[in-house]
Amino acid sequence: MENVIEIIGIDKYIYLSIILFCIGVFGILYRRNAIVMFMCIEIMLNSANMLLVAFSTFHQDAEGQVFVFFTMAVAAAEVAVGLAILVTIYRNIGSIDIDKLKNLKG
Amino acid sequence: MNTLIAIGVLAVLVLIAEIINLRKLVIPMTIIGLVGILGYTVCNIDVEVSYYNNMFITKKFSNAFSSLFIALTIFLVALSKDFYQKEFSKISDYISLKLFLLMGAICMVSFGNMAMFFLGLEILSITLYILCGSDRANIKSNEAAMKYFLLGSFASGIVLFGIALVYGATASFDISEIITITSQGTLPIWYSLGVVMIIIGMLFKIAAVPFHFWAPDVYQGAPTLTTAMMSTLVKVTAVATLFKLSFHLLRQMPEGYITAIVVIAILTMTVGNIMALRQENMKRLLAYSGISHAGFMMMALTALNTSAANLFYYATAYAIAGIAAFTVLMAVTKGKENQLIQSFSGLGKRNPLMAIVLSIALLSMGGIPIFAGFFGKFFLFSEAISKGFITLVIFGVINSFISIYYYLKVIIVMFTNNDETAEETALSIPLSYKIVGVLAVAINIIIGLCPSILLNIFQ
Repeated sequence: MENVIEIIGIDKYIYLSIILFCIGVFGILYRRNAIVMFMCIEIMLNSANMLLVAFSTFHQDAEGQVFVFFTMAVAAAEVAVGLAILVTIYRNIGSIDIDKLKNLKG
Repeated sequence: MNTLIAIGVLAVLVLIAEIINLRKLVIPMTIIGLVGILGYTVCNIDVEVSYYNNMFITKKFSNAFSSLFIALTIFLVALSKDFYQKEFSKISDYISLKLFLLMGAICMVSFGNMAMFFLGLEILSITLYILCGSDRANIKSNEAAMKYFLLGSFASGIVLFGIALVYGATASFDISEIITITSQGTLPIWYSLGVVMIIIGMLFKIAAVPFHFWAPDVYQGAPTLTTAMMSTLVKVTAVATLFKLSFHLLRQMPEGYITAIVVIAILTMTVGNIMALRQENMKRLLAYSGISHAGFMMMALTALNTSAANLFYYATAYAIAGIAAFTVLMAVTKGKENQLIQSFSGLGKRNPLMAIVLSIALLSMGGIPIFAGFFGKFFLFSEAISKGFITLVIFGVINSFISIYYYLKVIIVMFTNNDETAEETALSIPLSYKIVGVLAVAINIIIGLCPSILLNIFQ
């Protein structure tokens, strides 16, 4: 079977991943809604996942795809904890706006 | 590997103890178990084995740091009984989370595969997010957890992207294969990009300037015992991992990388110390002092082949002094809303023992001779001079002097009595705090008097 990655070119996959990664980074830096920030973190992690899968096909090596399973499990655990923190914040201040969290200053 | 399995089993046992209603046994059982595991690890410190297709490699470096982490966890677990007095029904959750965190830390220093490194990093981070937010009704704790979560997962994302790029360049996650591939021939540009991203992610974790802004807020908001854990165990883990990663991934050490490390180390030391000068809150002061200590520890990265022993010595001295300082902080500010330096006023009269413990801890961090902190700095500086990094050492010495100023400020507050504000009643302190404080200070002085105990491990 022909390697589809070699027909399209690996660099295009890298560019796409980098664009997605940057969308995630700028989302975290500029958006103020906690849920949107969580989604941006997911975009960052998933862009890395896509890159891993693309390289895995490029090198004809299954290791990269196995790594993606680990990453997905980790990302799910991470977001579960993040949402739990968000729920406690909502209970205390009744809002999920990050700008309202300004109690820690020095 | 046996160490890791034993800690995992211990953590599960702690959770089972809650089911069968043996909460009172949790802390003694954990301490005895950890002491046993520490003994096993120290006895096998020279054994070099690799497990599961090089996933997990034990070497002198990783064994020595694992022993340090276990010892620190013993102290932190011993402090838990009195710290979580009000929430004793949840004690096994807290203890098992600490043990899982320790597993993550050990994975991070003994990895032989990028998968193991990433999993260790995530185990460590996720448990720490939970511990940060564990004071649920307190909005400050929530805020700290949220900030740490957002920046921690941001850093994890960067590390993961870096790992993906390194994989793309070398077609392997295995460290030894990566080393073989990088030593032959040219690599695509993605490789250096990936390594830089991994290093940046780790710099976030050790709170080096310019990635330090989260540290003071998170340290102040988190429950004090968690802050103690972050500023000792987690910081030392991150520095050791950064050292190991640079050792493996940057074998040839390009010129630009050394310059970047030197600049970041100088900035970290200076910014940490200057910001610490104007802090009123003890936790924030210790956070900034931790940032500056991270800068000192980064000096070890300029001489990767020779300074593992120096880094280990400095990390031990810093972490032990940190444990002692946080013990006193916890004892003094118990039940108080803010941890102001003013609340230490007159401690020399109210509880001389704790005042002496805190003084020794702070003097050791500041680098006063006979305490371990001085020799840690001395070894790092002399190594850096022998490699020719004179500017770095000059900044290091200047920063040591600056840091003594704010450490002495706290000590003076403790031993002078301005009568209006000082509480005159004697402060009663739980036995476990006394034991941990005195033991930490004793270890500090012992390794200060004979540094060869620790340095000889690496020969």
